[in-house]
Amino acid sequence: MALQVLINLFIGFLWMFLQDDWSVLSFFSGYLFGLFVLFILARFISAKYYLFTLQAVVNLFLIFICELFLSSILVIGKTIKPKIDIKPGIFSLETSLQGDAEVTLLALLITLTPGSVVVDISRDNKVFYIHAMDIPELSDAVLKSKSKFEDAIKKVTRP
Amino acid sequence: MNGSNLIELGIAVIILLGTILGFLSSIGFIRLPDVYNRAHAFAKSSTLGVLFVLLGAFLFFLFAEGYFSIKLFLGIFFVFLTSPVSTHAICRAAYYSKVGLAKESVQDDLKEAIEGYTQKHSNAVARDF
Repeated sequence: MALQVLINLFIGFLWMFLQDDWSVLSFFSGYLFGLFVLFILARFISAKYYLFTLQAVVNLFLIFICELFLSSILVIGKTIKPKIDIKPGIFSLETSLQGDAEVTLLALLITLTPGSVVVDISRDNKVFYIHAMDIPELSDAVLKSKSKFEDAIKKVTRP
Repeated sequence: MNGSNLIELGIAVIILLGTILGFLSSIGFIRLPDVYNRAHAFAKSSTLGVLFVLLGAFLFFLFAEGYFSIKLFLGIFFVFLTSPVSTHAICRAAYYSKVGLAKESVQDDLKEAIEGYTQKHSNAVARDF
């Protein structure tokens, strides 16, 4: 991906110099042209076209914003009830992700989703220990969003 | 009522929503029973609250002053980046300093895992897990 961005920037600069017009507009049109060239050449440099990766990143972000709103409402609803009726606890969650980057990203996303905080991760990076505010309800919610998050993360990090 | 008034009203509503979220999270901070539950309240609702306030400020500068402030976007980005890390660090530190869970708690898988680990490795302490 880094290589593709570099090639694309190079094509953009080349286009700007060939036009003999040092402006943002000319660079930008060169960059767009570079995107087109890379799209055609993507199968020769044996990598996924980087706009698809970018789209996966945007997709992950949208899923995350959606989850943030839904569970925020849930937690606030529990907080402002006249009588606090919660069953907190720590539950374990197995993940199929591998590598430091993927596990860190999933932990970040789960922690940012209200109602769940990752307290610890086992040594072999396989099991998350998550504190949830209301075990039956929120652990189901986390389990559901976990598979969504994992799919979205795999699309970003794996070719 | 013209267009710019309407936009300013919308921005005011967004910022008000952000402050309400901050207020609710501080109520949660007082009412909830233990460290871990309070971490939920202060970390999450305040993230969303800060997001709304910064978004409102961003829209205000964009429409009222006609100026695109990338600084506010960076603010949102860094709050999102640092808030979960600090929450995780506080919770983990609390757990290994043996701060107990609230008495309403129904489940503690981490405790079982740590006990299993310390039984297997006789000279290990909980922190090594």
